[in-house]
Amino acid sequence: MLSTPPASLAILRREMLRLYRRRGQLMQPPLFFILVAVMFPFAVGGDENQLRALAPAVVWVALLLATTLSLEDIFRGDHEDGSLEQLVLLAGSLPGACALKALAHWLSTPVPLIAMAALMSAVHGLQNETRTALLVSLLLGTPVFSLVGTIGSALTVGVRGGALLLALLILPLYIPVLIFGAGAVRNATLSMASGSEYFFLAGLSVLAATLAPFAAAAGLRARLV
Amino acid sequence: MFKTLHKYASPMHFHALARRWSTPLLWLSAVLFAAGLAGGLVMAPADYQQGESFRIIYVHVPSAWLSMFAYMVMAGAGAVSLIWRVKLMDALARAAAPLGASFTALALATGSLWGKPMWGTWWVWDARLTSELLLLFLYLGYMALQSAIDDRRAAARAGAVLAVVGVVNIPIIHYSVEWWSTLHQPATITRLGAPAMATSMLIPLLLMALAFQLLFFALLFIRARSELLEFEQRSLWVRELLGQGSPR
Amino acid sequence: MTNELREFFAMGGYGLFVWSSYGLTALLLVGNLVLAVRRERRVIRELSRRLPVGAGHDPA
Repeated sequence: MLSTPPASLAILRREMLRLYRRRGQLMQPPLFFILVAVMFPFAVGGDENQLRALAPAVVWVALLLATTLSLEDIFRGDHEDGSLEQLVLLAGSLPGACALKALAHWLSTPVPLIAMAALMSAVHGLQNETRTALLVSLLLGTPVFSLVGTIGSALTVGVRGGALLLALLILPLYIPVLIFGAGAVRNATLSMASGSEYFFLAGLSVLAATLAPFAAAAGLRARLV
Repeated sequence: MFKTLHKYASPMHFHALARRWSTPLLWLSAVLFAAGLAGGLVMAPADYQQGESFRIIYVHVPSAWLSMFAYMVMAGAGAVSLIWRVKLMDALARAAAPLGASFTALALATGSLWGKPMWGTWWVWDARLTSELLLLFLYLGYMALQSAIDDRRAAARAGAVLAVVGVVNIPIIHYSVEWWSTLHQPATITRLGAPAMATSMLIPLLLMALAFQLLFFALLFIRARSELLEFEQRSLWVRELLGQGSPR
Repeated sequence: MTNELREFFAMGGYGLFVWSSYGLTALLLVGNLVLAVRRERRVIRELSRRLPVGAGHDPA
């Protein structure tokens, strides 16, 4: 059974090792994120107030896009070397394995992106409370990106032009996170409390964590068996 | 009873059933359309607030209902096929998707055409409209997934997972958009649809809804027939059927 | 008579919106039917061409 703690740790360690070996590729989402965030001031123009008002929305959307680009890789490597079929056939708990995949993705992509977002918020001239709200909402909301993204990645594994298809399937499902995440930051800029948004984000993450691994496992089985 | 159910769940019997029923359904729906149009366009009085523009309701509301009903068919069939692996359900789900997408697009378009004279704008980011738009994206995603995966069986099962995930997400999306739009929309837009409708207005609506529904089933049957033939192309009954009636 | 008809088509000034709604609906419903029927014909044509002659059991 792969669901026992040492085995899950082994899966997680293997995932992290695999990601470490491709560390050059891991730099791509943060670079993309920074580039998108840097484009915006040019598009908005020189008005600093307008830029500051738009910054939270820009950071959220840029982070969402950068994360979406990386989702394809969750299962691609395993599919190409054939180990994915082994996982589907042999894993004691395929949903458990999918949850670990999502965790590894979250640690490898959204978490570095959040660190970048802290940096960018300084560049965009955000105030302290706004920055705190941005980072807290990102930390609470991005697990949904990885978890739901795992479903999309499972469904599109080995499909031609999978990245774009994956984005089409997954982006509509991200809207609630975007609403509450950007809402929390907007509240902070208006010096209002963001507590309810945080609870909603945390609730969405918990819901995704309980359901998404099962959906991802079903998706893998649908594609590979 | 269980035996008859089982019988019609077999692709061959359902194909025969769908062949028998699609044309009568089409005719019945045409009759209901004629009655509904006469009632809705001619007999029903103009609305005292919205004037004649309210007549858009007779095409808008049935298509909006169908857009959701088709999704229920797609996701319900998908769930059954995931649990019990019924081939017929795969065919039904795949047949329902383009129909649902087209009725969703129609609901959005007619809603816009209604909103422009009533609200003064083609579009508002209101919960119902946004959810309908998302429904369209879900349909289009399902169809894109179907065409991207070559193996029909695998495509149908992957689509079933996606459709079920969509069912869980639609209420979440709906309520979060509602929460968001009540916070950020100035409440100048009055909701359409009076709580109580006059009978002379309501009856044509029900007739039209029924006409749309029957047309949907006729179209679903026709599309499901093509899907079943493709799914079952190696089986004996398809060969017999094509050997007999092929236009060669 | 012509006056009544003109009034009917004007729809109290909302004619453009009402008739384009109904026109779109008609187009889409008929289009759906045509597409579904054509798809079935195409599937039948392709399958009967691809299936080897006499491979199935001949019912006659």
